[in-house]
Amino acid sequence: MGAMTAVTLNVNGERFSRELDNRTTLLDLLREHAHLSGVKKGCDHGQCGACTVLLDGRRVNSCLLLAVAMDGTEITTIEGLSDGTTLHPLQRAFVDHDAFQCGFCTPGQICSAVGAIAEARAGWPSAVTAHDAPPGPVELTVPEVRERMSGNLCRCGAYVNIVSAVREVAR
Amino acid sequence: MTTTKPLLGAPTARLEAREKVTGTARYATDYPTDRTAYAWPVPATVVRGEITAIDATAALADPAVLAVLSHQNAPRLRETDDPFVTVLQSPRINHRGQYVALAVATSLEAARAAAEAIRVTYRCEPHDVVLTPDHPGLYKPDEVGVGMPADREHGDFDTTYANARVRIDVVYETPALHNHPMEPHSATALWDGDELTVYDSNQDSSGVQQALARLFGLAADKVHVVNEHVGGGFGSKGSARAPVVLAAMAARTVRRPVKLALPRNQLAATIGYRAPTIQRIRVGADAEGHIHALAHELVTQTATVGEFVEFAAVPTRTMYHAPHSRTTHRVTRLDVPAPSWMRAPGECPGMFALESAMDELALACGLDPVELRLRNEPTVEPDTGLPYSSRHLVECLREGARRFGWHDRDARIATSREGRFLIGSGVAASTYPAFVMPSHAEAHAAADGGYEVRVSASDIGTGARTVLAQIAAEALGVPLDSVRVRVGSSDLPPASVAGGSSGTASWGWPVHKACTELRRRLAECGHAVPEQGITVAADIAEELDDREDFARHAFGAQFAEVQVDPVTGETRVRRLLGVFAAGRILNPRTARSQFIGGMTMGLGMALLEGSTMDREFGDYAERDLASYHVPACADVPEIDVHWIDEEDPHLNPMGSKGIGEIGIVGTAAAIANAVHHATGVRLRALPIHPDALLTRLADQLGLA
Repeated sequence: MGAMTAVTLNVNGERFSRELDNRTTLLDLLREHAHLSGVKKGCDHGQCGACTVLLDGRRVNSCLLLAVAMDGTEITTIEGLSDGTTLHPLQRAFVDHDAFQCGFCTPGQICSAVGAIAEARAGWPSAVTAHDAPPGPVELTVPEVRERMSGNLCRCGAYVNIVSAVREVAR
Repeated sequence: MTTTKPLLGAPTARLEAREKVTGTARYATDYPTDRTAYAWPVPATVVRGEITAIDATAALADPAVLAVLSHQNAPRLRETDDPFVTVLQSPRINHRGQYVALAVATSLEAARAAAEAIRVTYRCEPHDVVLTPDHPGLYKPDEVGVGMPADREHGDFDTTYANARVRIDVVYETPALHNHPMEPHSATALWDGDELTVYDSNQDSSGVQQALARLFGLAADKVHVVNEHVGGGFGSKGSARAPVVLAAMAARTVRRPVKLALPRNQLAATIGYRAPTIQRIRVGADAEGHIHALAHELVTQTATVGEFVEFAAVPTRTMYHAPHSRTTHRVTRLDVPAPSWMRAPGECPGMFALESAMDELALACGLDPVELRLRNEPTVEPDTGLPYSSRHLVECLREGARRFGWHDRDARIATSREGRFLIGSGVAASTYPAFVMPSHAEAHAAADGGYEVRVSASDIGTGARTVLAQIAAEALGVPLDSVRVRVGSSDLPPASVAGGSSGTASWGWPVHKACTELRRRLAECGHAVPEQGITVAADIAEELDDREDFARHAFGAQFAEVQVDPVTGETRVRRLLGVFAAGRILNPRTARSQFIGGMTMGLGMALLEGSTMDREFGDYAERDLASYHVPACADVPEIDVHWIDEEDPHLNPMGSKGIGEIGIVGTAAAIANAVHHATGVRLRALPIHPDALLTRLADQLGLA
């Protein structure tokens, strides 16, 4: 039996407290202990982005974080994005643009897009932002969205529609 | 009870869209179960030989570990020749990565640690894992694909080729390619006495039900396979794979529900892959580009257990008029993982070779590559002599050329530049058969005025449940929202695999038939539906038997524009455009997504994807998504998709051809042809990586 540690965090606005195996990742905490199965495990190695959630408002690969290190944090998963039955604008846009097929990468794509839009608004440059761009919000052009969303793989090949969906919301 | 706008052909949004964007769509390991145990498989670390000892002492020392299964103690399965499901039955090792043990524990962490603590000792034997064009083990298989002959010969190829004015004799190679659906192969298994329920990630709930019933010696109605949502498959979930069998074995042993999701880096060795191919193409033509002799000879590999032949010479039997032709398949058994279906098996690598050779022929004849294809259009299918139910390749090529601006390009090789980039464009044709398979369906009218359609179809992201609802509502003459579609369970009327681009035809046909009959019955009784409702069952066995002989295929044309950086050797696709003729498009929204998705995977095949066999260690070196590169968002340009309005009365009541696979057919050739146009370098082995291109570019541009 692995060593256990008590962890308390806030998940989708609710307090979640549990004694957990120290080896547990944030992803496995969410899926197996908090029963938030919208978070997906595609690779468990930070290579595919399917497990993307928001950690204190920033996007992270939840498979790369140990749950014991998450004490006191605020986590938002795909389940926490919609307001009751009202979809988050990105969820709506993904439906409208048919930005998915099998849907397995979708929760991660949407959480990642929430993070990406916030990063651009906060003026974070990406690899394709012009070096002499003025400080301040970065416009999410097609190349910007493609670059910023490249941490989330989609094997069905819905990228073209994902880019349209993200840009619609970013405008 | 009538609708004003036709439902077939409407861009209806996916019925399950809301579930998928809110995270409530349940995949194989998303179902809540009590007292869940977790399983973690242990792969063999040798290539060939036998297990001599298994020491699970350290693994079992952790009280969280419930069991360690191996061939010594695992439940016995009924014998089968299917290498994917014959797990933990024998000490024999046929390939590296084959499962030799399974750790089962009360937590995922404990199961994983236990799997690592199991010590397996082997007696090793020499192995052979490398495919070569003259491998001594090459043989002619009895058949390829489903019942297709390995070889076909028409006329006198050798003499005609020898006397041809223009001759092309080239060898193309494609590497091993891996399906890598985003959801790894996964299952949750629960036993209730002798009754087995599995939530499994597969493309065929009926088929997996049959397989499990056989393996565990159960009646089929004691096995329930649920695949409500499936995170992609691309062929690799077309039949049962190890996880569902291992989970069922483990659940029976530990008497708890067991979840098993394969670690990503085990997929390359256990779930099938597209086998590497070596393809020699010879074309003999006259100076005007008319093909007189055409040979497509394929060499590929299979495993020592089972046999799967990547039937890449098959599309050459239907593409172009060629009075003297030869198509052959040779395969050798290596100590490698078993290959299997991957999106457009046969057509995808085969059309890379054929459509690249057509580009070479066009250049040799001084002809435009579009014009060359128009000149070799057959009137009947060359191999069978059958008329085509419909064939609009010419229209696709012309429409695509017009939309792409093909005729405005500078056809000269390696002359277009933008800044430091070399710019080029290429074209290739696409084809895929219009299959249909026997399936059953039920349509039910409830007393409250609602309708339910039941068919054990698998919606792996294609939009199947949406298009089936459209078919049902249109046949019933009722609004879409009054029809509930139930798919994704083997408890429903048995239906065929979501494979071979056959789903909509195979499932839609009995749905259409049942709904048409239900509508008639409702009219007959004046819509006085009794309390228990009215149910009509239908199958299409008779209709399939009565079909007239036609060659039924979808066709398409793909155009690519690339830029090549002569400094780094990097190729980037700037534009992709596809025009397809695939019968009636039943849902333009989901259809467009599938075409784009196929072309995106084709882009990956052209520029990124491929794995290399490690001759010493006997496995594929690129086993995860960091080393096996599938296209990412930044790799994919704007993709423009169009289709021809194609009326074909010889298909099915909907008039549809499948669209799931044709998108990946031809993309790689169009891109490779564009790279040649940009640079003058013809790379005949995929993928077109910067290192391969750079070496040749230096020679070509005189930079060496």
